[in-house]
Amino acid sequence: MGLGTETRHRIARRAALEISNGMIVNLGIGIPTLVADYIEKDLHIMLHTENGILGMGGSPQAGSEDGNLSNAGGYPVSIKPGASYFDSATAFGIIRKGLLDVTILGALEVSEKGDIANWIVPGKRVPGMGGAIDLAQKAKKVIILMNHTDKYGNPKIVKDCSLPLTVKEGADMIITEKAVFHCEDGKLYLREIMSPYTVEEVIQTTGASIVVDEHISVFQ
Amino acid sequence: MAKGVDKQITLESASSYFHNGMSLMVGGFGGVGAPPTLVNLILEKDINDIFLISNDTGFPWIGPGKLITEKRVKKLIASHIGSNPEAGKQMQDGSLEVEFVPQGTLAEKIRAGGMGLGGILVDVGLGTVVEANKEKVLVKNKEYMIEPALTADVAIVYAKKADRYGNLIYDKSARNTNPLVAMAGQITIAEVEEIVPVGSLNPEEIVTPGVFIDYIIQSKGVDWKWVWELKQGTGSQEGQPSK
Repeated sequence: MGLGTETRHRIARRAALEISNGMIVNLGIGIPTLVADYIEKDLHIMLHTENGILGMGGSPQAGSEDGNLSNAGGYPVSIKPGASYFDSATAFGIIRKGLLDVTILGALEVSEKGDIANWIVPGKRVPGMGGAIDLAQKAKKVIILMNHTDKYGNPKIVKDCSLPLTVKEGADMIITEKAVFHCEDGKLYLREIMSPYTVEEVIQTTGASIVVDEHISVFQ
Repeated sequence: MAKGVDKQITLESASSYFHNGMSLMVGGFGGVGAPPTLVNLILEKDINDIFLISNDTGFPWIGPGKLITEKRVKKLIASHIGSNPEAGKQMQDGSLEVEFVPQGTLAEKIRAGGMGLGGILVDVGLGTVVEANKEKVLVKNKEYMIEPALTADVAIVYAKKADRYGNLIYDKSARNTNPLVAMAGQITIAEVEEIVPVGSLNPEEIVTPGVFIDYIIQSKGVDWKWVWELKQGTGSQEGQPSK
């Protein structure tokens, strides 16, 4: 909602830089799904899905989709050499044991301490947590991709989350259309902004304390 | 329970195991791998007041989502209902009681039920509303919630292939929760795409041993291909973080 296609793809392109050779990675629904398109082709990455694939590949050619081969969102996918299929208990054993290097998720709110809220707006939207709590609590690195503000312009990066939490202090990074934040030691660090935004614009639209680095890079 | 060598039964016989107020576990994930012929049979037989246990509620017209749309379910345990707006509506108006369980915990509770365990110890969700009203225990100085195992009066699953003893082989990501659900039913009925004679499956490749399966029925074909053809307008919005 809200973000144009180009912006969404830019966020995904930035997130893909966090993925390096040999990693086991889980991509959530929405912008996180787009990250797969930007992972460098010569890297050996195993994409994990909650519905039981390790080694997921890209979208199949139109016409060659397999109704029994989809990602967790229900969209058709392919597999890479070395892939395996397994049941849901095993899929979550992989997560719970801490074998995921990176998970990339969406969020409704993230606090400056890295608390994540992304599964329920009580009384309004109650989709359920799905696998979000397992992923956010157990992956080695949790990257949140989201709009910088909600549809009313309110900050989604806040001092304290107002919505029920998915995980306490779980986020390691937040990437929005305006900036890239690192959550370290209970603080939010700004070292990189997304073109064409300025540090001032980022601060104004963020509802949390930010430690602004003296060297700010710009992601095009 | 009939544990004969030939477990194939007709749809009419299968329907005799469904009853009002039953607890029903349904395999599948987002509708993929949910047994469509058996779900339709439950609808046709006018079964009501179901206590449904399923990974999710699929889409309004796919998988166990149909049972919700037709208002056959009074209570639900699932990890999410995000792709089924009808489930959300019924939850809000109070006609559907919903208990959310983190997806991995739900899978493991079902597996524990099938494995004859009393429950599992899990730390996923500590520090969130998930821990409300949960019994806790310290093991080696680490805190866990006690999550009781789940079983159901009837479990229904979908498999690619079965022999007549009920040994099951699944297909790619349509396997998902099916092998777990298959073990957790007091009675388990498998809907199968292809039924072959005993002895023609490679024992090394069987995923669910037939001993867990009470009956098999021939599938009339699947209905979930359009999960991904529907795309927008199904309630499965992009930006929705949970699965």
